[in-house]
Amino acid sequence: MSTQMLIYLFVGASFALYIGIALWTRAGSTSEFYVAGGGVHPVVNGMATAADWMSAASFLSMAGLIAFMGYDGSVYLMGWTGGYVVLALLLAPYLRKFGQFTVPDFIGTRYYSKVARTVAVVCLIFVSFTYIAGQMRGVGIVFSRFLEVPVDLGVIIGMGIVFVYAVLGGMKGVTYTQVAQYCVLIFAYLVPAIFISLLVTGNPVPQLGLGSQVADGSGMYVLQKLDASLVDMGFSAYTASTRSTIDVFCITAALMVGTAGLPHVIVRFFTVPKVSDARRSAGWALVFIALLYTTAPAVSAFARLNFNETINQTQYTDAPGWFGNWENNDLIAWRDKDGDGAMDVAPGDAFEGAPAYTEERGEHGERMLSNAPAEGANEVYVDRDIMVLANPEIANLPGWVIALVAAGGLAAALSTAAGLLLVISSAVSHDLLKRTFRPGITEKGELLAARLAATAAIVVAGLLGIYPPGWVAQVVAFAFGLAASSLFPAIFLGIFTKRMNREGAIAGMVSGLAFTFFYIAWFKLWNPAANVPENWLLGISAEGIGVIGMLINFAVALLVSRVTAAPPAEIGELVERIRTPRGAAAPVEH
Amino acid sequence: MTHRDDSATKSYWRANLQLLAILMSIWFAVSFGAGILLRDFLDRFMIGGYPLGFWFAQQGSIYVFIVLIFYYSWAMHRLERRYALDDDDESEATGEGASQ
Repeated sequence: MSTQMLIYLFVGASFALYIGIALWTRAGSTSEFYVAGGGVHPVVNGMATAADWMSAASFLSMAGLIAFMGYDGSVYLMGWTGGYVVLALLLAPYLRKFGQFTVPDFIGTRYYSKVARTVAVVCLIFVSFTYIAGQMRGVGIVFSRFLEVPVDLGVIIGMGIVFVYAVLGGMKGVTYTQVAQYCVLIFAYLVPAIFISLLVTGNPVPQLGLGSQVADGSGMYVLQKLDASLVDMGFSAYTASTRSTIDVFCITAALMVGTAGLPHVIVRFFTVPKVSDARRSAGWALVFIALLYTTAPAVSAFARLNFNETINQTQYTDAPGWFGNWENNDLIAWRDKDGDGAMDVAPGDAFEGAPAYTEERGEHGERMLSNAPAEGANEVYVDRDIMVLANPEIANLPGWVIALVAAGGLAAALSTAAGLLLVISSAVSHDLLKRTFRPGITEKGELLAARLAATAAIVVAGLLGIYPPGWVAQVVAFAFGLAASSLFPAIFLGIFTKRMNREGAIAGMVSGLAFTFFYIAWFKLWNPAANVPENWLLGISAEGIGVIGMLINFAVALLVSRVTAAPPAEIGELVERIRTPRGAAAPVEH
Repeated sequence: MTHRDDSATKSYWRANLQLLAILMSIWFAVSFGAGILLRDFLDRFMIGGYPLGFWFAQQGSIYVFIVLIFYYSWAMHRLERRYALDDDDESEATGEGASQ
């Protein structure tokens, strides 16, 4: 069977599975729609959380990013896993004990204020949409690369699938679909990684392979050899840092705290039966996530090593087959600046801007470009995403592995998109409608509103995927920075201090949010030319500034709460109640 | 809502905070400490082909994170049993209100 047929088969079968599960487990009440009735086993919830968390970016892009960033890529590895410690130890058990449906629910009740609830809803919707636009785009790209349909049609198909299982199934359907999606995506990630590790080092465990010797008889370790080859080509060493220590520190911290403050992750811990389950479930989630996150850096290093060895200074006509395949998919380009027919890899851009291919072929058969050549000796353009996508071909794996990677990439993107759609729809139907504007709405009416809100959110997300505003890639920093600087401190202070009041929490959220928003917007949107380390506050980039926003939030909140009235007595009782694990009944309307 | 013995709840909470302080210090030490601030120093040592600081940044810290979460879950369960605040018998009607 041809690879193309296998891809159709694998992707089609996985989609049928997801929809089947969704129909099987469709939600009948708001409690099932929002939190799966609060009866999900902690290990199952851990797996669903892992699928929810690992997006198209984790699956497709992260290994490629690390391959080109080296040590600096550690910020993603530590940031996106360390956040689970913060979540499991400081937030999840208490939020589960509080026992309602959404993050704004907690903030609105704890701070006895509709304003606080609305600020939380605004943060949540902004964070979630920033995130979801990237997912729908990821779905479209996987479709167009593997199924040979246009990106836009790919997005629409993806929207249709998510519609069926998120709108019908609600949280209950999504939870069990995500379990299936986790299995697909982790299998698809590990199989090529194991083979590549065997190929490069002879060790089948990628985590050990990265610390082993290269199996070419040279006796050099993988990282040693990679450092040597990069330095030789004029790059800085793989294990060396190119960012300042304070920036690496702040980016890691912002990603960690931001992860703990992301609403679609937090809400997963509302679905387990008990407080002790919430703690354990976070541990399982991290086990399932770590399986991919400890494999990724090995994939990165192997891929970069392989790339250096097979591409640099190789004649274009002798290039391995995958080079031409991905060149035809617009992900690789070569511009023979010195006219020697060899592909020279060096620091810097090969040409100005993104590749603009012409219809013509050059004298060696390469695709011609209309871009102006850039200064410097580098002749090769590589899209970072290729590192995971091309792995099976680099390792000469059979067609079914390529088909598996396609299904895995789609599973990663769809599971995250569905989780995000649910928090958006519950924020609208529950927090805005039921709690703020139409308290008299019936259970049935609210469930209908939740489904309508999910539908509307899918349409908006799809439009963002089809017509991606140029700024989408630029503002991913927003999602984490804003979650870290607005939601996290409000939740944390709500649990660990009884004295924190409405005025303090609102002032804190607004000031943390405003500071972070304007700092990121200034350097990413309004004045990108100024985005150099010399201009940064304390040398902290937009990616890491959420930490400063968080500190501002804490400082303002504590200060304002000191000089304003203490919260009412029943809030003290509420805090006492969430601090003791007993009596976390299934979430009910009150 | 349970108004059990106030001093028991207080010492339970204090013990929890103490445990959190220890575990969050370890969390900080392996990631921000070993993986970032002390990396240059630790990179002088190797485990296998990994410079030690680099290993903490890309592998070791993640393993420690997992251990921290499961340890916290286990230690809290033990603590809650000691103070009879655990949720083991959650489905039964006894727990809540028994000591009111």
